[in-house]
Amino acid sequence: MAQALINVPAKARRGDVIEIKALTSHIMETGYRRTAAGEIVPRDIITSFTCRFNGTEVFRADFFPAIAANPFLSFFMIANDSGKFDFEWIGDHGFSTTASASISVIE
Amino acid sequence: MMDQNDEATRRQFLTLAGGAAVAGAVPIVSMWRVEATPAMLSAAIRNVVGEAPVRIGKVKLDIPPLVENGNTVPMTVSVESPMSPEDHVKSIHVFNEKNPQPNIGNFYLSPLSGRAQVSTRIRLADTQKVTAIAHLSDGSFWQTSVDVVVTLAACTEEVL
Repeated sequence: MAQALINVPAKARRGDVIEIKALTSHIMETGYRRTAAGEIVPRDIITSFTCRFNGTEVFRADFFPAIAANPFLSFFMIANDSGKFDFEWIGDHGFSTTASASISVIE
Repeated sequence: MMDQNDEATRRQFLTLAGGAAVAGAVPIVSMWRVEATPAMLSAAIRNVVGEAPVRIGKVKLDIPPLVENGNTVPMTVSVESPMSPEDHVKSIHVFNEKNPQPNIGNFYLSPLSGRAQVSTRIRLADTQKVTAIAHLSDGSFWQTSVDVVVTLAACTEEVL
C-alpha cells in the first residue's frame, strides 16, 4: 500500500561516506486537527524508522507529529563492505512498510 | 536505463503521495489552537538529558529563517565530530517551542555514520524557536537554537 523511495549509491569506494535518502508516502495526521463537527481526527503517524545494514541496525529515528507528511530523511554511512540496506517504517494502527537497497564496495 | 527507472518510480510515488494528501484534506475544516508550554519543552529536554548540563556549541541547525508554509520546512542538523569509535555523536534530538507537542524527532547515530548530519522536513505551527541537542559518546550534551518566522502556520488552514 504505502510506497517508499530510497536513494543509495549503487557503488562506492571502501571508506567513502555515502548519503542515504529515504522517503515514504504517509499522511502523518497529527491528532490535533478537528473536523467541521468538532471531532478530533485521530492521530495516524509513523513513529519509527530503522535502517539495517546486513542485518545490523546502523541508524534509527523516532518521529513525532511535527514531522511533515510523506516523511523524508537523509543521513550518512561509511561504505565498508558490499551488502544490503534494509529500511523499515513503523507507525500507528499497525502501519509498517519496508524497502531495501544494495551497495557494492570497490577498492 | 537506471535513470529512466528512477524517474518512473518517482512519478508513481508523487502521484500516490498527492492522492493521499487530497484524500486526507477533504474532511478537515479547522484546527483548535493547542500549544506546548515552556514547561512542556523543558520537561521534554530533561527527559533526554536528565540532570546533565547542556552546553552551547558544536551543533549546527540549518533551517530557513523565514518560512512561508509551516507544513513542510526543510531542516538539517549537523554536529562537529570526528565520528570515531572513541568520539562520536550517539543521538540528535530536535525540539520546538510552540507546536502542540515539544518533540520533533530523535535520530540515533553510530561511528558507522561517518558524518553526524541528518536532514528531514518538519511542521511548525507558529513563529518560534527550534532547538537541536546532540548527545556525544563522552556523555556530554550540546545544543543550538534557531528562530524561525512562519507566515502560514501548519494545520491552521480554513475551509478547503
